[in-house]
Amino acid sequence: MTAVEDRPAAEIGKSRRRKEDAHLITGRTTWTDNMTLPGMVHLAMLRSPMAHATITNIDTTEAKTHAGVIAVYTGPDFAETQGNLPCAWAPEGLVNPGALAIAIDQVNFAGEIVAIVVARSKAAAQDALEGIDVDYEPLPPVLDMEEAIKDGSPLVHPAIESNKSYTWVFESGAAGTGAPIDDALANAEITVKRRFIQQRLIPAFMEPRSTVVQPSGDAVTIWSSTQIPHVLRTLLAATLGLPEHKLRVIAPDVGGGFGGKIAVSPEEVLCVLVAGKLNKPVKYTESRSESLMAAHHGRDQIQDITITAKKDGTVTGLDVHLFADMGAYLRLFGPSVPVLGAFMYNAIYKFPAYRFVSEGVFTTKTPTDAYRGAGRPEATFAVERIMDELAHELGMDPMELRRKNWITHEQFPFTTVCGLTYDSGNYEAATDRALELIGWDELRAEQHKRRESNDPVQLGLGISTFTEMCGLAPSRILGSLAFGAGGWEHASVRMLATGKVEVVTGSSPHGQGHETAFAQIVADKLGVAWEDVELIHGDTQSSPKGLDTYGSRSLAVGGIAIVKAADKVVEKARKIAAHLLEASEDDLEFESGSFAVKGSPGSSISMGEIAFATFLGHNLPDGVEPSLDSDATYDPENFSFPHGTHLCAVDVDTETGAVKIRKYVCVDDVGVPINPLIVEGQVHGGLAQGIAQALFEEAVYDEAGNLTTGTFVDYTVPSAADLPTFTTDRTETASTTNPLGVKGVGEAGTIASTPAVVNAVVDALRPFGVNDIRMPATPERVWRAIHGSSTGGDRAEAGTTAYGGSSTGTSDGGLK
Amino acid sequence: MTKINVNVDGVAYSDDVEPRTLLVHYLREQLGKVGTVVGCDTSNCGACTVDLDGLSVKSCTVLAVQADGSSVTTIEGLVGDDGLLDPMQTAFHENHALQCGFCTPGMIMAARDLLRSNPSPSEDEIREGIEGNLCRCTGYQNIVKAVQAAAGATGGPA
Repeated sequence: MTAVEDRPAAEIGKSRRRKEDAHLITGRTTWTDNMTLPGMVHLAMLRSPMAHATITNIDTTEAKTHAGVIAVYTGPDFAETQGNLPCAWAPEGLVNPGALAIAIDQVNFAGEIVAIVVARSKAAAQDALEGIDVDYEPLPPVLDMEEAIKDGSPLVHPAIESNKSYTWVFESGAAGTGAPIDDALANAEITVKRRFIQQRLIPAFMEPRSTVVQPSGDAVTIWSSTQIPHVLRTLLAATLGLPEHKLRVIAPDVGGGFGGKIAVSPEEVLCVLVAGKLNKPVKYTESRSESLMAAHHGRDQIQDITITAKKDGTVTGLDVHLFADMGAYLRLFGPSVPVLGAFMYNAIYKFPAYRFVSEGVFTTKTPTDAYRGAGRPEATFAVERIMDELAHELGMDPMELRRKNWITHEQFPFTTVCGLTYDSGNYEAATDRALELIGWDELRAEQHKRRESNDPVQLGLGISTFTEMCGLAPSRILGSLAFGAGGWEHASVRMLATGKVEVVTGSSPHGQGHETAFAQIVADKLGVAWEDVELIHGDTQSSPKGLDTYGSRSLAVGGIAIVKAADKVVEKARKIAAHLLEASEDDLEFESGSFAVKGSPGSSISMGEIAFATFLGHNLPDGVEPSLDSDATYDPENFSFPHGTHLCAVDVDTETGAVKIRKYVCVDDVGVPINPLIVEGQVHGGLAQGIAQALFEEAVYDEAGNLTTGTFVDYTVPSAADLPTFTTDRTETASTTNPLGVKGVGEAGTIASTPAVVNAVVDALRPFGVNDIRMPATPERVWRAIHGSSTGGDRAEAGTTAYGGSSTGTSDGGLK
Repeated sequence: MTKINVNVDGVAYSDDVEPRTLLVHYLREQLGKVGTVVGCDTSNCGACTVDLDGLSVKSCTVLAVQADGSSVTTIEGLVGDDGLLDPMQTAFHENHALQCGFCTPGMIMAARDLLRSNPSPSEDEIREGIEGNLCRCTGYQNIVKAVQAAAGATGGPA
């Protein structure tokens, strides 16, 4: 374990305004769709309107006659070249039927690409789509996961034997990390079982995905709206058989991702293939409708959760069974998303026994993959909901039940029932602060009054604690879990002649503020001005090595790589400083950017002076190269474990079913904050997305397998008017797993807020006999729950815009 | 093709456009005014918001031919000849009201329009005033703060 270094005084911890803003607030942006290259042609994609069908014929004759059309391609044109879209998770037994970028003879979800038009303008390309005639022979859609894995279900993929992709199991008895779950289940004094539905969500980043490809000789440059330029380069090479050193991937300004741009997308692959075929630069930018329909979705799990406890509330076991909807194909990390949550269901609690089973199922829907939190929001939701249900069964206060079972601050480091070692935390402190901020006792008293008086507007109070594993990830752990990737990150720190600093990172930001925060770290480490540090990222030519940005890893892994590289710069500078000051290295101390001889004030030399002397190279010690520049590749030994307590108070209008968040308080512990302003912004955005899952968003399919929420009219991303003002605060328990003491904050808000809101809504409705409510808890569902339909009914209902017919949903077992 | 005369960010343009061309496509594709962006295809997101003759419009709901004879101000035209930022731009920067920045051009244009019609809005009026502009990053809290700051309101949200 590494000791936490002393807190540097200057930049770390300061709420610097962002360097990134200058070009973003003035419209001087470099979104991929802004690019125009000489001779560039435009692509439009024809997408399947059928969820499941055989393609019997495609006639492109008319399309080719349209003005401005250069070429029209269909699947067979790329049969030999397109390879299979990669999936980076391959545990033993995983069934992966393969995934094409463009369909050849069968489509398996509505939105799958079946033809491409290339034209001189985007409008001409789109116009010509109408001139393509595709004959489809319909196949039965496969929409319900539980039906899909029954014998006799129609198969999504004819070449495989069932619609099941995998079953992945962790059991603490077998793993040797805890007691056997069967004993816990057999000996339970109290058992509570619930089924929770993680509805399908759409990441809905604001910038639609866009790709520009420029072939030049045998080299290819790819600009793409991606979170993962480095991973994309390697995997495009592997997928298409192109030499990696001839590929350059650039992620220019990227307008949000939230996991949705962790992909090797069909569109990216096809842009590379078409550019190669035509030997011309090409551009493709999706429409919002295409994005919602065809870019990967998230969540979509059925969670069967069993908790066992003693009568006094001590938890004794947790048994988790998931069905996870893969959609039609396995995407990059799609099947592994539930597994990323597997070690988090036990959360902050001391469960002695635990089992996790995830079954991945194919359906004829859009493929799923990472969405903010990826596995961990699902885990936190399930455990925080079941804790409330257990408290209700026991007649115990839900906070009291949590206190009784959580790891106390003296117990860290704590090895969990999953075998993870939580290094640090203080759940009591965060919880106490949150209770104080929201005025919990007063709200409880008000709730009691309103219940007594049968107020039509009932008050509900919801709790969610959480922890998450951040800083993805120790490479050895990824290897042991069958991931085809490591989890390290790379950085370079370069001293320029004038004392300015260039920092190269393999992290690839898309809104997080790396340029600002990473400069703060380097400023402190080298003792240079924050303004003098420039971050270079997002281009495999200028930042050649990296594993990009997801899983709250940029700071906790990429930031540490920068610290290590900066430390090396200082050590190189020390040698030169000693030489120039004619002192022994051991007699030098480095402080605030200068080396000074201990006990000899006045004799010092600054980093800037050393940088210039190094640049000149006139007077360096023998055998020392004229460079201070240093690289580091950091592979974490453990995850970091942010935690927090979120409390939500909702007013529920029992006459209309409308839910209004009255107060939302969260106290997060993300370790040492580099830039508190950015931390707070990340929390706000995370809360909005988690609350959106609880109250607003759901991707709905009709009985034919068409997405009925394919625009922002129906997929209701919340607006400013839908959200409250959040009260946020922090406790600070430094992580002991890295030298900055940082933990990660990108996903925290999303993870904790969903169960806090749903617990609040259910709390308001307990007097009506309601013990669960399906997400999103729309007024319609809440009203129906109050009026005797248990969880508020299955998906959208007839008469609503998102109505998809009666057979679209997963079966509703809310109160079995 | 139809001939239009439009002043955009202080420059007079005379162009032939297809009658179906949306103003936002004219700005981006013909004038290279790529600071204004397209975020949806149903006029829900507001990312393409610009000023048209002093009123904010979603430039995906206006045909370029409708802008004939008009003056358009985009995000790119807000910085004055003196090089100073518009107060709303400053407020967004100071209050960390943007993360990825994709919604920002439209959000700033919409927020300016809100203050023109209501110079000192309440928090609720701000939230309702910008509800036609979607942001996926910020949860809106700092955007509301920025608008309050630009309006000269004192103090942060309750």
